[in-house]
Amino acid sequence: MNSFKKNLLKKRYNAERRFQWYGKIAIGLALSFLAVFMFQIFSKGYSAFQKTWIVTEVHYDKELLLIDAESPSKDDLENADYYDVAYKAMTSLDPGLPEEEDRQLIQMVSYKYEAEVKDLLLKNPDYLGKIVPIKLTASDDVDQVHKGNYPRDIPEENRRVNDYQLQIYDMLNERGDILSEFNISFFTSPDSREAELAGIASSFMGTVFSILVCLAFSFPIAVLAAIYLEEFAPKNKFTDFIEVNINNLAAVPSIVFGLLGLGVLLAVFNLPRSTPLVGGITLSLMTLPTIIIAARASLKAVPPSIREAALAMGASNMQTTMHHTVPLSMPGTLSGTIIGLAQALGETAPLILIGMVAFVNTIPGTPVDPAASLPVQIYIWSESAERGFVEKVSACIMVLLAFLILMNLAAQIVRHKFEKKWS
Amino acid sequence: MSKIKAENVNVYYGSKQALFDVSIDIAEKEVTALIGPSGCGKSTFLRCLNRMNDVIDICRVEGSIKMDNLELNSRKLDVVRLRENVGMVFQKPNPFPKTIYENVAYGPTIHGIAQSKEEMDQIVETSLKKAALWNEVKDRLDEIGTGLSGGQQQRLCIARAISVSPEVILMDEPCSALDPIATAQIEELIDDLKKEVTIVIVTHSMSQAARVSQKTGFFHLGKLIEFGPTDKIFKNPDNQQTQDYITGRFG
Repeated sequence: MNSFKKNLLKKRYNAERRFQWYGKIAIGLALSFLAVFMFQIFSKGYSAFQKTWIVTEVHYDKELLLIDAESPSKDDLENADYYDVAYKAMTSLDPGLPEEEDRQLIQMVSYKYEAEVKDLLLKNPDYLGKIVPIKLTASDDVDQVHKGNYPRDIPEENRRVNDYQLQIYDMLNERGDILSEFNISFFTSPDSREAELAGIASSFMGTVFSILVCLAFSFPIAVLAAIYLEEFAPKNKFTDFIEVNINNLAAVPSIVFGLLGLGVLLAVFNLPRSTPLVGGITLSLMTLPTIIIAARASLKAVPPSIREAALAMGASNMQTTMHHTVPLSMPGTLSGTIIGLAQALGETAPLILIGMVAFVNTIPGTPVDPAASLPVQIYIWSESAERGFVEKVSACIMVLLAFLILMNLAAQIVRHKFEKKWS
Repeated sequence: MSKIKAENVNVYYGSKQALFDVSIDIAEKEVTALIGPSGCGKSTFLRCLNRMNDVIDICRVEGSIKMDNLELNSRKLDVVRLRENVGMVFQKPNPFPKTIYENVAYGPTIHGIAQSKEEMDQIVETSLKKAALWNEVKDRLDEIGTGLSGGQQQRLCIARAISVSPEVILMDEPCSALDPIATAQIEELIDDLKKEVTIVIVTHSMSQAARVSQKTGFFHLGKLIEFGPTDKIFKNPDNQQTQDYITGRFG
């Protein structure tokens, strides 16, 4: 082998090695971006899954509750006056505090503390007349202090927790009366203006309903359109024009679909605003082209030999399509559908336009109840000034990501498990 | 006796003419082989006989093709009924990605041939037996047809084609994807089948044409150059081009 040839060979090997390195560097960069992103989200968000409680004692005094009956019924307990009992439960933490300063103690728990005091008695009617320990939801400020998210060393006037409250907190913490438990209410409560009470139940259900409505509208329409275009429609200028338009539609910014939903669904058809029904239909406009394109691609991927086999057996066009082509294309169509839905899941702009950005503090039971959605919830919370919402935003993103990962995993499984292997 | 009579068949793909004035008589219960170099139009002609060219948008067929005095090249013809009577086996085995049983039962199902499950079982069994596949698959009828070997797949396709008892079977190079042993099995099968059905086979293998057919047609550049008894075509052709082709001087 002469030296020229040797050199050439060496160059070729080097070029390949370099190319592989470029690829590795590219993947490494992408992964490190992802890692930074994930670290950001998780380090900020994990604490939202912990809830802080303040433990104190409550005396269910019949006199203060204004209960006269000897053996009170459920209704009596329901209608009793809990204000004083709850108030005393908090102020008893520091009996020496002058009355006009009481607010400082009350502010350390959520404004729903009175309801919590009431719920405990309703669940345990035999507590009546007794002094029992009770867990009260700490206010978001105390919560943040406990989680270490709140700097204690800044000047008092810039702090939402004053020195006195910190002193009480430290005392309680030393006694072990500050509890940190898994935050179930984050998943079971609707949104709230108070960070310590806010949860994702409303937006989660809103998202689920929106996606279901979106699926119900877009899947049948898209699949029928794809089958007709691919299997029956004549190939001419007009169908070419339709194809260009469908591809175009897939690239239209989502906010435009939001405007369409606003202008047509709300203004013309008078559908109830802020509901998953309208949100889902709007989103289905977006997923429609995605599913059509995926379904057509997977119909195209069915080998022509299968169609020929069926036609040669005397199957009609319709039978060939329905017995063979469509079932064989289903795995591809379904995974395309799931990917389209996953895109819709993360959409925010069109939902904001059709009013799903409204503050909803009820959990929707049907698609026509007002609701938010997870991405919109992230947007709403990220606009809130309170420190307690920062971790909620990250936690909500984590839930959304988990949802997305599950859906994409499902798409992958559908594709690999049910796809036919051609001989 | 003539089964299919084609007269002056011209086929166009768009503006390109693929067949020129082909006239041919295909005899009943015989094997007719169509030979010729690639692109000579023999497959195109074959696909005229069960109207498979309909699938190709730009394809246009002119002329008359009569099967038992029924005009095949007519808009009024019901192609579904035609294809029930004229089965087809393709170059590449193309069983449905379904079970072996479903593959064979598909035709009888869509044409409503079997009245009961027992009758269907019977049809599947006879078809597979006729296709010389029964002994190999009788214990695994519920396995996927595409899991069989190439030769078995092609015999499954033949079983599928004969399941609706067609009068004619068209074969488009049925052995080109198979090894010599599988090819021999298929050829034996063709020999058996011709007792009941008329077979038209397109083949690239001249020895195969010589082995299985009674009549042979030689196509070249879209024209039917010579058509006659296989013996005569291979031993003493009238046309110089035929002579050159079968002796391997071109093609």
